[in-house]
Amino acid sequence: MSDKNNNLMLDIKNLTIYFEMDEGIVHAVEGLNLKLGRGESLGFVGETGAGKTTTALGIMRLIPEPHGVIKSGEIIFNGEDLLKKSNSEMRKIRGEKIAMIFQDPMTSLNPVMTVDKQIAEMISLHKNVSKSEALKLAGDMLELVGIRRERMHDYPHQFSGGMKQRVVIAIALACDPELLIADEPTTALDVTIQAQVLELMKELKQKFSASMILITHDLGIVADICDKVAIMYAGRVVEYADKISLYSNPLHPYTKGLFKSVPEIDNDVDELPVIPGLMPDPMNLPSGCAFHPRCNTVCEDCKKFKPEMQELEPGHFVACPVVAEVLKKEKN
Amino acid sequence: MFKYILRRIFFLIPVLLGVAFCVFTLLYITPGDPARMVLGDLATDEAIKEFRDREGLNDPFLIQFWNYISKAVFKGDIGRSYSTKRPVMTEIMTAFPYTLKLSAFAMIIAIIIGIPCGIISAIKQYSWFDTFTMIFAMIGLSMPVFWLGLLLILLFAVNLRWLPSSGFSTFKAMILPSVALAAQSVSMVTRMTRSSMLEVIRADYIRTARAKGQKESIVIGVHALRNALIPVVTLCGLQFGQLLSGAILTESIFAVPGVGRLMVNAIMSRDYPMVQGGVLFIAITFSVVNLLVDLLYAYIDPRIKADLK
Amino acid sequence: MQNENNKNNETEIIPELTRKHRSPFIEVFYRLSKSPLAMFGLFIILILIFCAVFAELVAPYSPIKQDLMHMFETPSASHWLGTDEFGRDILSRLIYGARVSLQVGFIAVGIALIIGGILGAVSGYYGGRLDNFIMRIMDVLLSIPQTLLAIAIVAALGPSLMNLMIAVGISAVPSYARIVRSSVLSIRNMEFIEAARSVGSSDLRIIFRHIIPNSMAPIIVQSTLGVASAILNAAGLSFIGLGIQPPNPEWGAMLSGGRQYIRDFPHMTLYPGLAIMFTILALNFLGDGLRDALDPKLRR
Repeated sequence: MSDKNNNLMLDIKNLTIYFEMDEGIVHAVEGLNLKLGRGESLGFVGETGAGKTTTALGIMRLIPEPHGVIKSGEIIFNGEDLLKKSNSEMRKIRGEKIAMIFQDPMTSLNPVMTVDKQIAEMISLHKNVSKSEALKLAGDMLELVGIRRERMHDYPHQFSGGMKQRVVIAIALACDPELLIADEPTTALDVTIQAQVLELMKELKQKFSASMILITHDLGIVADICDKVAIMYAGRVVEYADKISLYSNPLHPYTKGLFKSVPEIDNDVDELPVIPGLMPDPMNLPSGCAFHPRCNTVCEDCKKFKPEMQELEPGHFVACPVVAEVLKKEKN
Repeated sequence: MFKYILRRIFFLIPVLLGVAFCVFTLLYITPGDPARMVLGDLATDEAIKEFRDREGLNDPFLIQFWNYISKAVFKGDIGRSYSTKRPVMTEIMTAFPYTLKLSAFAMIIAIIIGIPCGIISAIKQYSWFDTFTMIFAMIGLSMPVFWLGLLLILLFAVNLRWLPSSGFSTFKAMILPSVALAAQSVSMVTRMTRSSMLEVIRADYIRTARAKGQKESIVIGVHALRNALIPVVTLCGLQFGQLLSGAILTESIFAVPGVGRLMVNAIMSRDYPMVQGGVLFIAITFSVVNLLVDLLYAYIDPRIKADLK
Repeated sequence: MQNENNKNNETEIIPELTRKHRSPFIEVFYRLSKSPLAMFGLFIILILIFCAVFAELVAPYSPIKQDLMHMFETPSASHWLGTDEFGRDILSRLIYGARVSLQVGFIAVGIALIIGGILGAVSGYYGGRLDNFIMRIMDVLLSIPQTLLAIAIVAALGPSLMNLMIAVGISAVPSYARIVRSSVLSIRNMEFIEAARSVGSSDLRIIFRHIIPNSMAPIIVQSTLGVASAILNAAGLSFIGLGIQPPNPEWGAMLSGGRQYIRDFPHMTLYPGLAIMFTILALNFLGDGLRDALDPKLRR
């Protein structure tokens, strides 16, 4: 409770982001609420298409135009609403205060620019240094992420995928951001390289003492790195808690389903249980709780009303009235 | 890099030999006796026989081809014009600067109009500017160069009397032919720049640049443009070939004394060595331009430059 | 059979199609119909084809009959687009000219498509030395600008309708060979080809039943745009006197004939030029529309 109010860094309230296409409106993010304290790292978990990346781009105000529109909501960062910032104010925040690591290192670097220049660009934009100093600092950053300084004048295509992601990380951390958003930073990499990159991120997070939002669909990575977890489904956060209480006591039916479908080394089962059905079409979300067609504890109200987040246990928020009802009964 | 250039030049040789072969074969299969063409209808049979022996016209095909090539390579001799009786090389060398100037002007017009229009169209996709530019580009693409030339003459030379309708000696006289010739290339360059730019501005590295807090003008003008121009450069090389052959029609409309008009006249008077020489010369120019474009390409795209090392 | 086969394979590439249970042809046409410019193009082309086929019924006058009482007439009620230096009705000549232009366009593309298609398919399918040999020849031809190559061929063969079509067709062969080759290359290694090979299909069967239907999209687009450039090239050749010979009506030749009277009777050059431009424009719009409709990746 205490860290949440005293030291709140990011507070997203009721964020709604649509993509207005010719074929219809894609409800990418629908009334999302999320809080992040200073120094915390949050695991942001959900299936592909749940709206995780869109939320992250929304925080950066980088929703692709002209289709993407932030319909409503507030993104309070350090007490100020990012959605009310002008473009030039926003540019000062991007990179300096909030930096982002993108999913695919293969395409995230400019192919016709040497990597030192790409890092130095970030530094010159936000720090008052000369060009040569910026390049020198860029070399330092490369060494920090484990790439030899001699390679700083190379082009991205001369690096492997893992090394490119290291460069992307170096760019993101070059200006010592307060908040780092990492969007599935390891999905595009080989498993062995994944471990290395994750290790590097953990190390650097300590060193830079930045807050972090780690977007992933891998519950294992979250367990490894994060303090808090938010589970996202069809544009909304359905469950939010600190790591331990969420892993030991998942409450939302969707989260429970997710955990059941993770294979465990100790338990030998022939078939993993899956959540029946598919993610809903974001152009045509179900009424009420978007999860209700797949839920095994569905009630009539679920089909009519969008569930609100309720704090069912201290620091453990769940958007499911049925679970709330059950817990209340248990307590009485 | 130097090795690459040498290799490319080396690879040019078989291509040019191939071109020479095609052109030579075309002339060879053409009905009509070259001796008759040179000496005229009144020449005696003896004179014709003597001419055929002297010029090697009775030799087997491949020997004739070999003679043609060796003369061309070692002496710069690609035959003599039937109609003017002067060496084809001399005729082409006098006319070539005009063609080159005309094509180069058209290329410059295409680049300075096409690239900015393509960029604006892409960043303002679906705006009225984009719609109009694309429709105009389509019209430009569909406009026959010879008709556009006539329309320009009608408007600017006949009705408004602003610009001369023929000749290529003054800057004013160069405007209409260059504009007429450039129209298609302007459209091509605009469309290519737009589509390439549209692809690039959706690329992840553009988002990375924005995420750094970079200004939009630099994101577009530096990060996107540098990448988007790579295919445009290739297109410009190919367009140069289009311009060279478009120059044939343009020159005959505006009476520009270039290789194109030389060739049209040669075709009319069945002056085959001249046609042959003209085709060969334009093909060589085109190949050299494409070689230069490839080298430029390697220079602007580090991925290719690295492959060469 | 071919069509059905096409559909089956198409679904491998375009999963969206299976969901809607529409035949690919209808699906493509449906997407095409959403583009007003492409429909405009299709409309113009259908009108042109109609004019070309039924020229005798549509044209008010004979295209070659001279009427020296009515020379150089500007547009009027009896001659909608005026008359030329021999008093021939320009509208009628344009209508008959459509026949020539479309014929040249389609047959030239047909020639280019058959020769280029076979060369490209063989080249891409077998690869190796044969591929190398064919593509080097294509490189040679490509290093001569297309219009120039056509001029050279027609200059050698002599000006006639047939030679014009051959020249324009052959000059376009290398570009078709390249397109077909690259789409064959991209399809050759797909799994369903391997599957066909593993059940013992012959090379010919694989080429004709699997590879060609699946590489149709880029070929259709290129052919549509190719008809446009063939018509344009042919008109250019006729303009410099290398195409259709007088008195036969052909748009490029009409332009060329009207050229010397441009100062006093611009209508003689205006209308043939407009006819060429609208035909090319229509084909280009249609080609562009087809490209978007056939390429599922471009859908947003």
